[in-house]
Amino acid sequence: MPKTSNDAFFWGLFSAGGTLAAILVPIHLFLFALAFPMGWLSEPTYSSLMDTVRLPLVRVYLFVLCSLPLFHWAHRFRFTLYDGLQIKHLNEVIFACCYGGAIAGTAVAGWLLWNI
Amino acid sequence: MENHPANPLPHYTEYHPRWYRQRVSTYWWLGRWPYLRFILRELSSLAVAYFVALTLAQIYALSQSPQMYAELQEWLRQPAAVALNVVVFLFAVFHTVTWFAAAPKAMAVRMRGKRVPEWAVAAPNYAAWLVASAAVTWFLLRG
Amino acid sequence: MAETIILEVTRYSPERDQKPALERFEVPLRPEWVILDALNYIKDKVDGSLTFRWSCRMGVCGSCGMMVNGEPKLTCATFLHKYEGSAVRVEPLRYFPVVRDLVTELSDFMRKLKRAKPWLIRRTEKPLAEGEYLQTPEQLDAYKQFSMCINCTLCYAACPVYGLDAEFIGPAALALAQRYNLDSRDQGAEERMLALAHPDGVWGCTFVGECTSVCPKHVDPAGAIQQYKLKAAMHWFKSLLKPGG
Repeated sequence: MPKTSNDAFFWGLFSAGGTLAAILVPIHLFLFALAFPMGWLSEPTYSSLMDTVRLPLVRVYLFVLCSLPLFHWAHRFRFTLYDGLQIKHLNEVIFACCYGGAIAGTAVAGWLLWNI
Repeated sequence: MENHPANPLPHYTEYHPRWYRQRVSTYWWLGRWPYLRFILRELSSLAVAYFVALTLAQIYALSQSPQMYAELQEWLRQPAAVALNVVVFLFAVFHTVTWFAAAPKAMAVRMRGKRVPEWAVAAPNYAAWLVASAAVTWFLLRG
Repeated sequence: MAETIILEVTRYSPERDQKPALERFEVPLRPEWVILDALNYIKDKVDGSLTFRWSCRMGVCGSCGMMVNGEPKLTCATFLHKYEGSAVRVEPLRYFPVVRDLVTELSDFMRKLKRAKPWLIRRTEKPLAEGEYLQTPEQLDAYKQFSMCINCTLCYAACPVYGLDAEFIGPAALALAQRYNLDSRDQGAEERMLALAHPDGVWGCTFVGECTSVCPKHVDPAGAIQQYKLKAAMHWFKSLLKPGG
């Protein structure tokens, strides 16, 4: 079996993150960025939110929800910079910033959800 | 024709006319609507990144104190923030719709030897979206 | 219907010009005419030096591709009367060097097509005595759509990645590689993999989808590419699990 390009791995992450984001991001944004702050729906209290976030399954759910979509963004944004701004010659810097950002975000999510 | 030393081929001077090559403009994506729609679709990934940033900010605020969380909620009520969040939400929906149109192309779905029509491949995705959204809402509002 | 229509046609003669310019021609507007008929009228009656490629005039040879009002089209399959009311701009296919007037330089496409190895590859040949390689209608169906490609390069003129990236192999080459990968008689999928599962192969494609929109034979190269991406990704993950490759 020939060893093929590692782009396959990043595309796989992009696809998984994109699917997860497609299904869950709209409702999460609608509730937490619009409906709850604006009072369109009755906002959960601080203590009930804390209780919910602390549930182990919810911690895992939120960790995955905050990590995979970042890798989706990293892959897509990397190619947008290549083709949109025609800066493919800077591809090492772009690669580092995009996937580095995704790794950093994942680390922050992990630390926050572990310690809350 | 073999080029045998006893019968050499005449050596022609090769002539290449000057080809015209047009440089692709940095604004190539403004030239046609399908290209612009593509770039907007790609930019929807920024809405996804924003969602993660906002969620992490909310989790951080929760972890600090009720006051900090309340302050974040207050910020979200500012007209500028509301406008931004509406735009981001619309881009998130745009991501979903374009994703459901594009992703199934990676699988040539056949049933009983015939290609399944596109709406039939898209329908389960929309169903999953609806069910997941309902589940999340119910989970958060129930208590 | 008006009597005539204006065509604005790219003229470029490397000996004479630094860059191309549009020249206006007034041609008869006949209801049954296609753009190619108008171009041949200009060549016959107005300016014999107008240079362009064409052959079958019925949409199967792939020679007459040009940009018509900014869209890649087969000029033998595009009716003139559809553009009645304003001038029609006819330019050479985008993203290729221009040799002269409406003629593009296609050797980059030819090289990239070869990279995809669009021919049946066998590891083991069947002896003649065993007869032909048989194929059921279902097996034919698996690749038939991708076999419709006429190498007209309209998809290359529509693909911004091909325009921006000199190394990108392009839509038709990838669709034709898939045509052979999916052919039950072919044993060359692994041999093609190095060129296809490569940053200049499928991984360069960002699924703009314009290649599929402009294809006159409904090949759907974008679909072929996405299917290959999934296969290549699964292969990559499987090769992780198999030590030593």
